[in-house]
Amino acid sequence: MSGQVLELARRSLLQTLRQPALVVPSIVFPLVLVAVTSGGLESATSLPGFPSDSYLDFIIAVPFIQGPLFAMINAGSSLARDVETGFLKRLAMTPMQRAALLIGQLAGVMAVALLSSLVYLAVGFAFGMHMEAGPLGVVALLALAMLIALAFASLGALVGLRSGSGEAVQGFFPLFFVLLFLSSMYLPRPLIEQDWFRTVATYNPVSYLIEGIRSLIVTGWDGEAILLGFGVAAAMAALGVFGAAAALRTRLVRT
Amino acid sequence: MTRFAQVALAVAWRSLHNILTTPAYLLPSLIFPLFFFTAFAGGLSGLGQVPGFDFPSGYTAFQFVFVLLQAAAFGGVFTGFGIAADFERGFASRLLLAAPNRLAILAGYALVGLARTTMVGALLFAVALVTGMRVGGSGVDVVALIALAYLVALAAGLFAAGVAMRTRTIQAGPAMQMPVFLVLFLAPVYVPLDLLSGWLHAVASANPFTPLIETGRDFISGSPAPAGTAYLIAAALVAGFGWWAVRGLRRAEAAG
Amino acid sequence: MTQLPNGIEVEGLVRGFKGGVRAVDGIDLVVEPGEIYGFLGPNGAGKSTTVLMLTTLLPPTSGTARVAGHDIVRAGAQVRREIGAALQEAALDPLLTGREHMRLQTALQGVPKAERRARGDALLERVGLIDAADRKVGGYSGGMKRRLDLALALVHHPRILFLDEPTTGLDPQSRSEMWQEVAHLAREDGVTVFLTTQYLEEADVLADRIAIIDHGLIVARGTPAELKAEIGRPSLEVKPAEREDRDAVAAVLSRFGTPVTAPPGAAAVRLRGGVDELPEIVRTLDGEALSVVDFRLHAPTLDDVFLAKTGRKLEGGEPAAEPEAVPA
Repeated sequence: MSGQVLELARRSLLQTLRQPALVVPSIVFPLVLVAVTSGGLESATSLPGFPSDSYLDFIIAVPFIQGPLFAMINAGSSLARDVETGFLKRLAMTPMQRAALLIGQLAGVMAVALLSSLVYLAVGFAFGMHMEAGPLGVVALLALAMLIALAFASLGALVGLRSGSGEAVQGFFPLFFVLLFLSSMYLPRPLIEQDWFRTVATYNPVSYLIEGIRSLIVTGWDGEAILLGFGVAAAMAALGVFGAAAALRTRLVRT
Repeated sequence: MTRFAQVALAVAWRSLHNILTTPAYLLPSLIFPLFFFTAFAGGLSGLGQVPGFDFPSGYTAFQFVFVLLQAAAFGGVFTGFGIAADFERGFASRLLLAAPNRLAILAGYALVGLARTTMVGALLFAVALVTGMRVGGSGVDVVALIALAYLVALAAGLFAAGVAMRTRTIQAGPAMQMPVFLVLFLAPVYVPLDLLSGWLHAVASANPFTPLIETGRDFISGSPAPAGTAYLIAAALVAGFGWWAVRGLRRAEAAG
Repeated sequence: MTQLPNGIEVEGLVRGFKGGVRAVDGIDLVVEPGEIYGFLGPNGAGKSTTVLMLTTLLPPTSGTARVAGHDIVRAGAQVRREIGAALQEAALDPLLTGREHMRLQTALQGVPKAERRARGDALLERVGLIDAADRKVGGYSGGMKRRLDLALALVHHPRILFLDEPTTGLDPQSRSEMWQEVAHLAREDGVTVFLTTQYLEEADVLADRIAIIDHGLIVARGTPAELKAEIGRPSLEVKPAEREDRDAVAAVLSRFGTPVTAPPGAAAVRLRGGVDELPEIVRTLDGEALSVVDFRLHAPTLDDVFLAKTGRKLEGGEPAAEPEAVPA
C-alpha cells in the first residue's frame, strides 16, 4: 500500500506543479495582501488592548489560512477531473486501495502547502517578523499550518468527489473567501466594535484557526488559543477526511 | 438626435441589456462592493478609536467613500471586460463596420460604465444609510461626491477600454484588474493618510487616487476643504485615459 | 454453468435504474476462450452497462456472470486480476505523460519495480506511442489516446480484454490500425476479446461471433455469416435514369420479391429467387423501356439482420418502410 501511496502522491505533486497558474498565485497573493494591509493598518497597533506592536506580526497569520484555500481548490479540482475523465474507473480496476488514492492526492497538495508556509515564514522574517514562541514555536506553527491544510484539502476533496464537477469546486472559493473576512482576520475579536460582526467572528471556526497561529507569533505559548486552533483544525480535518472517504466509496463502486 | 448620440445610445443600450439580463454579470458587480463595505465598515470600525483618527462622521462614512470609489473603479474595469469580450466574440468588428463615427462607440461604452456606477452607488448609499451612516455634508457636498465617483468610473473605464481595444481578448482581464487594484489599495484605505507609516505612506502620498479619496471623505463629513486639486486630478486622469482609449480605438480599427 | 478459465458466462443478467428503467433486461451469453465476441447495438441499447457489470464496476440488479471463472459479484478482485478494459471515455489524466501513465499503471498492477520501465516501454512501442511517450496526454490526438488506453489495459497481461466502442470517433486510418491490433491480440496472444460497437463493419470484420442487443435484450446471436444466411436473400437496388420512372421500376421489381427501403430516387427489393433472376429482371425493365443508371446487388448485411429482428435500421435508427418477413 505504501508503494501505491507514493506513486499517487507523486502524480498529485506533478499535477499541481504542472499548473503554475495555480501554484504561484497561492503563494504570491496572500503576501501581496499582507504587504498592503500591514502598511495600511499599522496604526491599529496603537489601539488600547491591541496585542502586538507590529501589525505585520499580527497579520502574517492570515496567509497560513489563505494558502490552504488554494490547496482546497487544487485537491477538489483534480479529483473532480478524475471523475469526469473516467480516470477513477481505470484506478478502480487495479488492486489499488481507496485510501491510497485519497492519501496520495492529499499528500501532493499538502507538500505544496508546506512549501508555501516556508515561503511565508521566510518573507515574514525577512521583513522583521518576531516569533514570540521561539524556534519551537516555528515547529508548532508548521504543524498547525499542515493540519489546517489537511482540513481544507480534504474538504475540497469531499466536494470534488461528491460533485464530480470542477466548476462546483471553484464555486466554493468565494464562499470561503467571505468566511475568511468575517473573522478576526484584521482585528482581535475584543476590538471589533460592531456587535453583529463580533458575533459572527466568534462563531466562525476560521477565527480560531487564525488565532491559533497568531498566538504563537504574537503571544508565545497561549495554551487556550493553541488548543482551540488545533482542536478546530482537527475537527475540520476529521470531517473532511471521513467525508471524502465516504464520497470516494460511492464513486468507486466495485464488487 | 445627432448620429453620434444615436450610435452611443444604441451601443449603451445593448451592453446594458446584456448585463441586466445575465445574472453572472450583474450580481458580482453589486455583491462584491456590498461585501467589502460590510467587511470594512463592519469589521474594522474599531479603528475609529485609534488615537489621531479624527473623522467627524464616524468610521462607516469613512469606509463608505472608499468602497464607493472602489466600486466605481471596478465598474469601469468590468466595462473593459465587456469590450474585450465583444471583440473576442466578433461583435465589435460588426460595430466598427456599421458606425462610421467610432468615437460614438466609445462614448456608448462610457455610458454603460456610468450606468453601472449609478446602480451600485445607489445600492451602497441605501445600505450605508440603513446601517446608520452619518452624513455631515450638505446636499451640494453629496452631489460633489457623486460627481467624483463618476469621474473615477470614467477614468478607470477609459483605462480598461484602452487595454481591451489593444489586446482584444478576455485573457487580458488581469491586465486591467491588477493596476486598478494596486492603485486603489496603495492608498489610505483603512485609516487617513497621516496615520500611515513607512513605505506605504510614501507611496500613498504620491498616488493620485489618494487626494480623490480624501476629498471624497471631506465631502461626506461636510468639512470645508479645497476640492479643486481633486477635481483637477480626476479631470486629468479622465483626459489622459481618454486619449489612451482613443488611441486604442484607432489601433483596433487598423487591425480590422 | 461450466467454468471457463479464459471465458465469460452470463446468465439472466439484469440492471435496473431509478425510475424502473432497465438498461439490461435479462441477457444470457457465453464467450469462448480466445474468441473475439462482438456486442452490437445502437446507442442506449445497454452495451456499456453490460460491460460495466462484467468488469465489476457496477453490481447487477439480478442474474449472474462468471468472468475468467470467477463470479463477478462474489469474487470481484479476482476478476479484475484477469481482465483489462478500455472503456468508452479514454480515462486518462491530461496533465501526465504517456510514460507516467505507464509508470502509475505498472505500479498499481503490482509489476515488480525492476520490470516496470521495460514493460511500460514495450507496450508503448507496441501501440506506436514510444516517440510521444514523454508528451503530456492533453496534447494527444483522439487516436493516440485510444492507443494509450489499450496499452494501459494490457499492462498486467490480462487473459480477457473488454473494449467498449474502441473506434468511435476515430479516423479510418486509426480505426483499421486498432482492428489489426485487436485481431493480433486474439490470434497471436490468445486473448479473449469482448467488444462492443455500434458499427456493423467492425462487428462483421473483427468478431468471431456476435450478439445483437436492443433495448437491453439480445435479439440475435451467432457468427456474422450465420446471421446473414438467416436473412438469406440478396437485395437488388435499381436507380432509373429518369426520376419519374421510379415508381414504374419499383412495380417491376416487386414482381421478383419483397420491396425494401432504398435510397432516394431508387427502388430496391429482396430477391425471392436469388441472383438467377437477374437476366429476367433486366429483360423486363428493358421491355418496359425503362432505362437505368445504377443496378447493384447487395449481399445481406448485418444491418439487414438488425432490421429483420427489430424493425429498425442500426445506423440511423429509422423504422423500415415495410417490416420484413423472415423467410421460412
